[in-house]
Amino acid sequence: MQTQAAPSPPLVELRGITKAFPGVLANDHIDLTLRGGSVHCLLGENGAGKSTLIGILSGLTRPDEGTITIDGVDASISSPRRALERGIGTVHQHSTLIPALTVLENLMLGDTRSLRLDESAARDRLRELARQLGIEIDPDARAADLALGHQQQVEIVKALWRGSRVLILDEPTSMLTPQGVAELAKVLARLKEQGQAVIFITHKLHEALTLGDEVTILRQGRIAGRIARDAMRTKPHDELRAEIVRMMFAEDPAAVADVAELQEEVVEARAEPRVDPGADVVLELRHVTAQVEGTERGIDDITLELRQGEIVGIAGMDGNGQRALAETIAGQRRATHGDVLLFGASIVKLPVSSRQKLGLRYVTDDRLGEGIVGILSVGLNLFLKRVGESPFWRHGRIQRAVLEGRAAELVREYDVRTPFVTTRAATLSGGNIQKVLLARELSFEPKVVVFHKPTYGLDVKTTATVRDLIRRLAADGGAALVISTDLDELVEISNRIAVLSRGRLVGVVPNGPGAAEQVGELMVGGAGLEAA
Amino acid sequence: MTVADEAIAAPRPRPRRSLRAERLLDVVIRSIVPVLLALLAGAVLLAALGRDPVTFYKNIWIGGVQGSAWQDSAIRMSPFLLIAAGLTLIFRANIWNLGYNGQFLLGAALVSGLGPHLVTDVPLWLAFVVLFLVAGAAGALWTLVPAVLKARYGTNEIITTLMMSFIGIDIASILIKGPFHDPTTPLPQTAVIPLDKMLPSIPATRIHIGLLVAFAAVLVVHWLLTRTSWGLRLQVMGANPRAARHFGIDLPRLIVVSFLASGFLVGLAACADIMGLWGYIRTGWNPAYGDTIIPFVFLARLNALAVVPFVAFFSVLSTGGDLAAQQANLPTDFLLVLVGLILIFMTVIEFLGRQRDLGASYVPAGLRTAFRLRRPRP
Repeated sequence: MQTQAAPSPPLVELRGITKAFPGVLANDHIDLTLRGGSVHCLLGENGAGKSTLIGILSGLTRPDEGTITIDGVDASISSPRRALERGIGTVHQHSTLIPALTVLENLMLGDTRSLRLDESAARDRLRELARQLGIEIDPDARAADLALGHQQQVEIVKALWRGSRVLILDEPTSMLTPQGVAELAKVLARLKEQGQAVIFITHKLHEALTLGDEVTILRQGRIAGRIARDAMRTKPHDELRAEIVRMMFAEDPAAVADVAELQEEVVEARAEPRVDPGADVVLELRHVTAQVEGTERGIDDITLELRQGEIVGIAGMDGNGQRALAETIAGQRRATHGDVLLFGASIVKLPVSSRQKLGLRYVTDDRLGEGIVGILSVGLNLFLKRVGESPFWRHGRIQRAVLEGRAAELVREYDVRTPFVTTRAATLSGGNIQKVLLARELSFEPKVVVFHKPTYGLDVKTTATVRDLIRRLAADGGAALVISTDLDELVEISNRIAVLSRGRLVGVVPNGPGAAEQVGELMVGGAGLEAA
Repeated sequence: MTVADEAIAAPRPRPRRSLRAERLLDVVIRSIVPVLLALLAGAVLLAALGRDPVTFYKNIWIGGVQGSAWQDSAIRMSPFLLIAAGLTLIFRANIWNLGYNGQFLLGAALVSGLGPHLVTDVPLWLAFVVLFLVAGAAGALWTLVPAVLKARYGTNEIITTLMMSFIGIDIASILIKGPFHDPTTPLPQTAVIPLDKMLPSIPATRIHIGLLVAFAAVLVVHWLLTRTSWGLRLQVMGANPRAARHFGIDLPRLIVVSFLASGFLVGLAACADIMGLWGYIRTGWNPAYGDTIIPFVFLARLNALAVVPFVAFFSVLSTGGDLAAQQANLPTDFLLVLVGLILIFMTVIEFLGRQRDLGASYVPAGLRTAFRLRRPRP
């Protein structure tokens, strides 16, 4: 439709966007120009201000200063509905579909223009959009039954439903399999043909380089650099990568070295030194079965051993019983059958708090939903698993000085970027919230730790830090069970990798050359449907 | 192509005090502005009805504050404060104990029924202690079924407490007509407790010591909520029950205990009101204090101390309002219109505040810089 060579006139322009939260300047005079038929990548560490900027553009947050012009006309975006009316659609990181409804029902739900639900018109619209995007969607499938990649396609259709011209994709690849990413790339190409302006947020540099036409890098709320269309097209990827990394982490040359290494796309299976087979078994699951209410999957007859000093990875597509497994070990979910043993003693009847005292910890994947209490301070959040315990509470009374002192130490030790320990936890960025969780779980003598998607949504630097923490835990005589949907991650840090499929363990692979392929086969063999 | 990056400065944390002051100011504005707007809208309404708003508000002042009228207002405060304390506590846990009317009337019926005998049979101070405890226990007991249902099966407590409330009100009525009926009168009421056997007054005033009990309860609740591990657990449960489960908090127990405490405080309110003010109870009497107090509990942002000025305000409004409404030839229900207006403005301002996100002020940007609520940026 549009010629690819000549850049089209600006569709949306942000000028001097500034937004402050108590103690933090999340956006400091940000300028951004979006053009039709172009994918604009937004890169930056956790807390660089990407989410705030997206929030402003999608109407969730109002800027303190700055202007937004659409087609050269001043436009205020005061609510998400207003954003949609102005042609800005957003696909959020997490699914906003209602699982029990069909695809068509989900799509009609967002359409409040008329009281009557016009099903046949909606069907036509879906067919038209699907044709434009080159995808196939069953309008009558329940959202819950779709694979994540397909759910995301529905989300994209939903964002385009009312004729959006600007599409915001917030970390769209973080939950996708490699095949899913490839399909998304095709959809992106179609969107460009349609003249859509796309904002693409990612942590993965190679995605920015392959999928983006322009790149803007944010750091500490400001624009740290841009790479324009011409440069993206002409310069070699290596050179661009080095440039981006320098702009992202300029203040920290050491981090640049780490990150540059991490960003090599080829992940080699590292033959981890085998754990001494005579090492003590610290955690043992015997035929554990647990049910989950709703559409999520439970676990069925899981048997697994974890030895001292060992890191065992649990691979599998999301939704194959990961949450049930983690919660059953942590004590948040009752096992209907089987036994869980910690250091040889059964803990299956113990409540969460007793298991914590024995050194069993759980770093949840649902960081905002259950990991923190947003309205409480960072300091309190660091000790919420020790409420009432001395020396932070004495005779039930809180000892604020002791607590805040120790919290400040933890904040330093784990490099949590927060203005004060008294800052409300909800204002922290995703990466810093994860650091709060890690600080909480890994302090006070952790022995066996369950990590659930420990680096999901984190920037490269924080990811490296988290993986180091896991390795250090194992090296210091602890043990870790790492549940992750990121196979590269498991290959990088695990001694063994078990594959979870449809609530069952379908195999355990010792890490080493070829492990990734074996795990991949088990994943696909066991869950052909989910591997979309 | 790339922008130089030396311009990136370290984050600029602002001093903590100004942050606190800002937050405090924000809270004050959000709580008081709705009240002022409601009074203003009420004035417009009065004018529209052909009454003089200035006279109306002046009469409220005369009837609620001037002379010794403030003491009448203070007397009204004790049941209000005790109920507010009980509701603050349970609402902090994000549990909706809406059965306060039943809890209150059961306590009131028991106090009115047992009181006349007890005050003559045992030392007076002991009678007071026993009556307070009985009323508290009755209120607490009446929350037990909803509490256990919620703790065990997650049953919606809004429905169960309301249902239990209706049952409680009827049982109170049966008690008054049956075992507690005063045989010397055909009216369905209990025996009147003699004036000299009622709660004594605070020296040099007409205010009974129930007010002191109420203040003590408010202080205890505030201390519990802000300083203790129990209060923190309650708050965590209220803010995020899934997180509470993740943190290993014993949710069922906490639900039951907070319910019992809330009902207990509502029961105390009944005892203070009967033993301090009325001296007897008649069937059909249901002051529904809780219904009028709830907006103020929220205006105080579930802070037990902050509820005191609001309750004082409402006590003045309702004491003086009786007179003012009479003089203006309006039904006393007009005062409920004012309460309703407060609620509406509270919601509006809450919405505007939410729009500006995360505890930020809803004051327009120009005003904010004018008042230096936020440092203007270069």
